[in-house]
Amino acid sequence: MIELKKVSKVYKNGVGALNGVDVTINQGDFVYVVGPSGAGKTSFIKMMYREETPSEGQVFMNGVEVASLKKKEVPYLRRDIGVIFQDFKLLQRKSVYENVAFALEVIEENPRKIRRRVLSVLDQVGLKHKARFIPAQLSGGEQQRVAIARAIVNNPKLVIADEPTGNLDPETSWDIMQTFEDINASGTTVIMATHSKDIVNQMRKRVIAMENGRVVRDEHRGEYGYEV
Amino acid sequence: MKFSTARRHIREGSKNIIRNSWMTVASVGAVTTTLILVGIFLTLILNLNQVAENIEEDVEMTVYAELTAGEEELNELEQNLSELQNIRSLDFSSKEEELEKLVEDMGDTGEQWGSVFEDSNPLNDAFYIKANQATQYKSLSEQIQGMDYVDEVSYSQTTVENLLSFNQYARYIGIGFISALLLTAIFLISNTIKMTIIARQEEIGIMKLVGAKNSFIRWPFFVEGALMGVLGSIIPIGIVIGGYYYLYENFNDKINMAFVELLPFNPFALQISLILLGIGVFIGIWGSVMSVRKFLNV
Ligand SMILES: Nc1ncnc2c1ncn2[C@@H]1O[C@H](COP(=O)(O)OP(=O)(O)OP(=O)(O)O)[C@@H](O)[C@H]1O
Ligand SMILES: [Mg+2]
Repeated sequence: MIELKKVSKVYKNGVGALNGVDVTINQGDFVYVVGPSGAGKTSFIKMMYREETPSEGQVFMNGVEVASLKKKEVPYLRRDIGVIFQDFKLLQRKSVYENVAFALEVIEENPRKIRRRVLSVLDQVGLKHKARFIPAQLSGGEQQRVAIARAIVNNPKLVIADEPTGNLDPETSWDIMQTFEDINASGTTVIMATHSKDIVNQMRKRVIAMENGRVVRDEHRGEYGYEV
Repeated sequence: MKFSTARRHIREGSKNIIRNSWMTVASVGAVTTTLILVGIFLTLILNLNQVAENIEEDVEMTVYAELTAGEEELNELEQNLSELQNIRSLDFSSKEEELEKLVEDMGDTGEQWGSVFEDSNPLNDAFYIKANQATQYKSLSEQIQGMDYVDEVSYSQTTVENLLSFNQYARYIGIGFISALLLTAIFLISNTIKMTIIARQEEIGIMKLVGAKNSFIRWPFFVEGALMGVLGSIIPIGIVIGGYYYLYENFNDKINMAFVELLPFNPFALQISLILLGIGVFIGIWGSVMSVRKFLNV
């Protein structure tokens, strides 16, 4: 369970990105986060795996206050969360295969299992044939799919996706959405920031709409849109 | 750490050596230069040290008994001397033996003196003492002077003191010089690695976001540093061993001074190789791990 209590975030340069955000997300939920560019969606997401800490308020992940974690404990928090970053954050000098395998290497999974699992996930995102390529040799959409593969490869309890379909053609987008749907059906929480009206309106889920760092709407089976 | 993880770190570290090839060349170069200097210097110091030890070995102290001391008194003195701490050997030489030695030393003229003094020997009975260490002569001589039946204590005080201070200085200078070299090398390596780490900084950030612990990120750097140390010590070991072999073969026999003798090639070559390899690996690891430290705090 994820709880944000009156979370505000002011970045070092004085920009306020979140303003009194109160949100609870239960295990197994599927949540879209929508809102105009700069509304604070990415900032909201970063609170959960502690890339950023709140300036005010608290974030609880399964009852543990994230800001109170010791430095040493942070890696363990992150291992339970698969994040698809808006800018992918792939290791540029490693192959597709190595990028995905990395998430399993850090948890010291056994090599044979790593191999099997990585190949199966790459197959799932349709990139098995490009396993040896490095990110620079891939299109934007392909890189995005590598990021997706890395995020889901260790079967995390929570998948956070920051515009995971931003660079994908509609066809591939729906494949990826199907993947999310499947992992959600098996009990994984999925949080997805998106600008895709089509997806939000066709695959009805909970919608959290943000504007200027505030949650302006929070509806189950909601529609796309953020005009107050 | 699991075995498979260790293997992964080794593989990763080796790959980085190849991936960052120009940085590897620069760092290995720094290690190589340092180790050549350290190797030559160390060879010099160790051999000097050996010479100094040979000389120290030969220093001894003579305790002259009072002329009036009879057998009983001499026994008592010997007893007292043998109870001293820090002595390595204690030999008695009677006044007759002393005379014989003197006569021998004087050659032809000695013969005549020998017969003159045979009946009224003017020499003292003497004890020859070697201390465990040259530094101990001074306090030993003070203690012995306070004993009964002692006429005079003599040892070549200035020789010993000069020798000791020379040794001390040589060692201090050597240690200082070598430390300075090593620090320079570590600095060079960590700077070289830092230059490429700016590129790797982003990588490290990503690894942390994906849940890698600091140690997991650090290990490949450790391996990388160790490998650079090994690579960097190959040429210096070759040069030092080759050079020393040449010197040893060609000059050791020609040096005819009693104390001056090169350390035997056989254990020395192995020892210096291991020392250089060890130092190389140490500075490689140190430089490498230092360079990554700052970037782990993200
Ligand atoms: N690291 C940062 N330092 C300073 N300001 C930041 C930082 N990250 C984000 N901001 C600012 O915070 C605000 C919210 O940014 P955020 O990235 O959360 O928006 P977003 O909703 O994800 O937008 P988009 O849809 O374009 O991805 C913006 O005004 C942005 O300029
Ligand atoms: Mg964003």
